[in-house]
Amino acid sequence: MTAPDDKTTNGGVPVPVPPAGATSGAPAEHPPSSPAGRGMFGIHGTGDVSGFGGLVRQRSAIEDSPRPYGGYFDEVRDALEEAYPAFADAIEKVVVDRGELTLHVRPERIAEVCQVMRDDLALRFELCSSVSGVDYLGADERRLHVVYQLTSMTYRRRVRLEAAVSAEDPHLPSVTSVYPTADWQERETYDMFGIVFDGHPNLTRILMPDDWEGHPQRKDYPLGGVPVEYKGAEIPPPDKRRSYQ
Amino acid sequence: MTTSNYATERETTEGKVFTVTGGDWDTVVSGTDPINDERIVVNMGPQHPSTHGVLRLILELEGETVREARSVIGYLHTGIEKNLEYRNWVQGSTFVTRMDYLSPLFNETAYALAVEKLLGITDDITERANTIRVLMMELNRISSHLVWLATTGMELGAISIMLYGFREREYILDIFETITGLRMNHAYVRPGGVAQDVPDDAIVKIREFLKMMPKKLKEYEDLLSGQPIWVERTKHVAVLDVTGCLALGVTGPVLRSAGLAWDLRKTMPYCGYETYEFDVPTHPDGDVWGRYQVRLAEIRESLKLVEQAVDRLSKRGPVMVADKKIAWPAQLAIGVDGMGNSLEHVAKIMGQSMESLIHHFKLVTEGFRVPPGQVYVGIESPRGELGVHAVSDGGTRPYRVHYREPSFINLQALPAMAEGGLIADVIAGGASLDPVMGGCDR
Repeated sequence: MTAPDDKTTNGGVPVPVPPAGATSGAPAEHPPSSPAGRGMFGIHGTGDVSGFGGLVRQRSAIEDSPRPYGGYFDEVRDALEEAYPAFADAIEKVVVDRGELTLHVRPERIAEVCQVMRDDLALRFELCSSVSGVDYLGADERRLHVVYQLTSMTYRRRVRLEAAVSAEDPHLPSVTSVYPTADWQERETYDMFGIVFDGHPNLTRILMPDDWEGHPQRKDYPLGGVPVEYKGAEIPPPDKRRSYQ
Repeated sequence: MTTSNYATERETTEGKVFTVTGGDWDTVVSGTDPINDERIVVNMGPQHPSTHGVLRLILELEGETVREARSVIGYLHTGIEKNLEYRNWVQGSTFVTRMDYLSPLFNETAYALAVEKLLGITDDITERANTIRVLMMELNRISSHLVWLATTGMELGAISIMLYGFREREYILDIFETITGLRMNHAYVRPGGVAQDVPDDAIVKIREFLKMMPKKLKEYEDLLSGQPIWVERTKHVAVLDVTGCLALGVTGPVLRSAGLAWDLRKTMPYCGYETYEFDVPTHPDGDVWGRYQVRLAEIRESLKLVEQAVDRLSKRGPVMVADKKIAWPAQLAIGVDGMGNSLEHVAKIMGQSMESLIHHFKLVTEGFRVPPGQVYVGIESPRGELGVHAVSDGGTRPYRVHYREPSFINLQALPAMAEGGLIADVIAGGASLDPVMGGCDR
């Protein structure tokens, strides 16, 4: 079995393909010829003013939140700092947003941090609710983020750990020895993002077929689909349609 | 092979046959080792009536004892999470409702709560919208547990309960049809509230249902609870204690059947659950019987919740946030062909107000923008913690949505339940997890 588009595979990893029309703001037949501004008003491409403009969103840089964070977040941070001597080295950022605490962890330290989060009496995150990935293509050099949602049943708290790896070296330690429930979830993250969890007992594909090429949830992996003809008009597949930026 | 004066052997078409006359049983038996010779691998599924959908189990058996069990999933993977990234935030509701097809309203509500948290409008959701969400979710919990009871009964050989369970579920689906226009795949709970108000005839139906259901529950218990086969097949079968549950991430009725009263409706309330009166049933044994008891008790608790929610509906009010940049402009209504734009709205935008038409067009085609960031929302679905991790990059489409599906997580516990037990108990144990493969594979 092959990935939907053979041209995009490169040893199983799809290489970025500039999507025609879908994000450039122009219909697929008229891709902008150059990114530089042209015309009187800096119009790109076809000068389409329908609202499907060629604006490109910038992802704002994530910054440390100032203390105090409020709620239980300060307690969690202090408890971790006290219980884990390598805190300064392992925790890259602490972000509080929308009432949720995110600790950005250096990928090679993630299993240690999880161990402390689970075992320390002041933290007690007994349950690993979820492990999944997010691909921040183009916004972060280490584009593949692994996101762990931990739940403390004792204190009724939640915290999110986030570890970022690059697509060229997508390795980080597995947390299955700390949270056995991460087994299938890490397999899914490997399957969908190609992130390799070192030390996982059986890191194989879980949702896609074993011989599948590429990792479908990566942002440079095409959605696929065929155009549909309806009453003489052709409707392109969802990822080829014009879209608002 | 030792030759013995006491046991003579001869070859038959079936293999060696010993005629044992003396006291040297041990040597004779060890010579053939029937158990290891007969260690066989059985592939069960993905098409099998007793695996709750397209779940494939690979079982290594010694006689009837399961030595190793491995589950294979992915047969129903439809890429819903990827597809969400190519639709706007409101369209997402119609996708997520198709994940776990036995609890569509939970999928929708979890998604809506996540989007609302990203938008920062969680506190603006109207009281009536929250009440309707609770009402719908609890009805859905009952229908989901009824399907569990029905299918588990059938898998363990009790056919009547299968018919009864589906019969009563049909009643709930009728109520859903009256309210949302559809039996399944409702797309009824939307970011910002719900699609439209509950019609009066639905209230009548729900009241009838509330009157009827306790009698039916009694009927189920009369059928099953004292039934010796049911008791034999479920008691002390597929035991998983609290430690095992937590290590494997198992939540929901399975965790509560092991004795831990962890229910997100109580421990981390949402949609105003903290204002309702209900109990969290538990059971000390952690076996299939315990899960049966917990689920039946949960149906009773859900009936209480439905009753309280219906009582609160007598107070009228809006069911969508007031913000016109988020609320769907069309006053949706149920017509003969399902849910659609109300005729008054169509008349207004086509005949009277150009601005309304533009607004309608912009909101429906472009959708609304969601400020960048990420959230995680967990709710208590019939199978455990249903979590949504939603990421926005500031656009009109989800950047990434991940579902923490309880079916997916809970299925990991199957080998822990099955290994060392009998093959018949694999069915009972697997069924007691209540996996829904549509949710598991997404």
